[in-house]
Amino acid sequence: MNVFSFDNTFEGLLTLVFESYRQKQFPDEILCGEGSQNVLFGATNTIATNVLKAERVWKGIISHSSEENAHRIYRVFLSGLPDTPLLLVNYIRLIIDSPKNEETNFALLVVVEINKLHQKVCSEAHRINGFVRFQKTSEGSYFASFAPLYDVLPLCIPHFHDRYADQSWIIYDLKRNYGFWYDLKNVSRVVFDDLKVNSQNGQLHTSLLAEDEKHFQKMWKQYYQCICIQERRNDKVHRQHLPKRFWKYLPEKGVI
Amino acid sequence: MISESSLEKLKILAGAAKYDVSCASSGTKRNNTNAGIGNATAWGICHSFTEDGRCVSLLKIMLSNHCIYDCAYCINRKSNDIPRTSFTSEEIASLTIEFYRRNYIEGLFLSSGVLRNPDYTMERMVAVAKTLRTEHRYNGYIHLKAIPGASAQLVADAGRWADRLSVNIEIPTENNLKLLAPDKDFKSVFEPMKIISTNILESKEERRNHRNAPLFSPSGQSTQLIIGATDDSDQTILKLASALYSRRDLKRVYYSGYIPVNKYDNRLPMLNTPPLLREHRLYQADWLLRFYGFRSDEIVNAQNPNLDLDLDPKVTYALRNPQMFPVDINTADPLMLLRVPGIGTRSVPLIVMARKHQRLNSSHLQKMGVVMKRARYFITCNELRSQNIQDLKPEIVRQLLLDKKPIGTDDAVQLKLFYPMMPALR
Repeated sequence: MNVFSFDNTFEGLLTLVFESYRQKQFPDEILCGEGSQNVLFGATNTIATNVLKAERVWKGIISHSSEENAHRIYRVFLSGLPDTPLLLVNYIRLIIDSPKNEETNFALLVVVEINKLHQKVCSEAHRINGFVRFQKTSEGSYFASFAPLYDVLPLCIPHFHDRYADQSWIIYDLKRNYGFWYDLKNVSRVVFDDLKVNSQNGQLHTSLLAEDEKHFQKMWKQYYQCICIQERRNDKVHRQHLPKRFWKYLPEKGVI
Repeated sequence: MISESSLEKLKILAGAAKYDVSCASSGTKRNNTNAGIGNATAWGICHSFTEDGRCVSLLKIMLSNHCIYDCAYCINRKSNDIPRTSFTSEEIASLTIEFYRRNYIEGLFLSSGVLRNPDYTMERMVAVAKTLRTEHRYNGYIHLKAIPGASAQLVADAGRWADRLSVNIEIPTENNLKLLAPDKDFKSVFEPMKIISTNILESKEERRNHRNAPLFSPSGQSTQLIIGATDDSDQTILKLASALYSRRDLKRVYYSGYIPVNKYDNRLPMLNTPPLLREHRLYQADWLLRFYGFRSDEIVNAQNPNLDLDLDPKVTYALRNPQMFPVDINTADPLMLLRVPGIGTRSVPLIVMARKHQRLNSSHLQKMGVVMKRARYFITCNELRSQNIQDLKPEIVRQLLLDKKPIGTDDAVQLKLFYPMMPALR
């Protein structure tokens, strides 16, 4: 059994593909990161990430299919599920080995699975675009924190960058402990060690909030409650569109 | 600028606006300009969902709930004794901006009761949109309601600032409209609609010649019909909707199940619950009109003036036209595939792309998301043929589809013949 391990970065995964073609050894199992358990029998093939090799695989994917497909592979990688790397390696092999472009062959299970996972990641990103709630801080910047199911913040940032170009903001992923900070000029990746955030509801400590922040949260909650038509109440659809895992971060659903 | 008293106003004016069902924020792609605030995305974003399952995308609010009209179906009619209040345009503009900056909303949907006269009201609504665009440098979404009877000039002004305009027809036939809303007639509704559609066409033409020509209501116009307040049939409603889509180029027609807000008015029916299932079927039929290439007379006609509440309109169409089925998945025209129950706009492109690579069978279809429970009676694919609508006759397929339990074997078909009594609704 061929066991590979890599550093759980996208470049690492592409390097893994490169190395397995070079060694003519393809993985049966892929372990992520250093913390992965040791395999009982046989050695683990540890891949050292190499940007140049990754680049070549990326270009290979594009030339064997399309640029959109390469981006699809990246987005599926962001799902971060334990089985995803192996699924992706199998998919990339299919793309590279086939004489025709197989990305549209939906009769193949691996193609369908990749597209389903892609759909899930994209809809999570779309939800985050909608459900992010900024809190205004006393310095006049805006802060939001969340715990998305998949690592979708990189996909959401261009949208927020365009929309909120005249306010400085931070969007923070509490689950993966990193975020993005826009300082009116550039967006940069940030990690905070001493974040004064209540991890139960993503709210900043009251001392950091702008004076009228609670007032607007109250206004919003009031508005939210007023526009519900009680005669049409439908909790099932409500939960379907607004999954419970988001509720604690939304001022309209929480206790203010 | 925004005080505690505005909390009370918000309560009244949001509550007054909630019966308007439109919530779309899609259709305009506008980038943020001059590092101002906001943009509009082509696909729209829902920011929350209320407990009735409707999406909250826009700050849906009334400028004022004072109204000189006395429409029987409306909560804000002048004869109702309810708290009345108004926002100033600056109040609305700054509330929109504050909500927008916190990512609560995608934009503003402004409506109003009719104050003094239609023009006076329209003028104040246009002022809000103008304030937002010019003073606040706001590039987000704005939906304005055009007041029936407003002048052409004001409607044209509104379209300059707004992304979408809408005029609500509310009641699908003129006689019933006059009965329930004595101050309105079809002319007052269709006139602004015509002005809007002419302006949209002109602006599109203009932009073909000059790239920077001003936009006019770039995401089009929409309207709303109340369902179940009058005895109008689904045929009347869908015929009207289909005409609006083709002739006035409407983006959306919304259907709103009637909620008895004025129970004392005996011109209106007494309903215990709003007709939500009928509303749902109408939306399904509307989708067939807009995305599936159906004509309204294929969905409802003189023999079947109302939609079947037990089965969706596509299934009823297929059962009425058994001669068109079964469809061969591997060769059929995409438009014909769209007509198969259980196959939708998502799976058709997948099928069309996949069948270039290999012949497809039912397990492929299942993986692609085709609802085989419905589709199986209407298709043939690359495998031994199973019993389809030609073998089973439409009545039996109907019974099988009504039963939501999984139908695994042909024995089930046999059994069903002995007790074909199904509860009508689940």
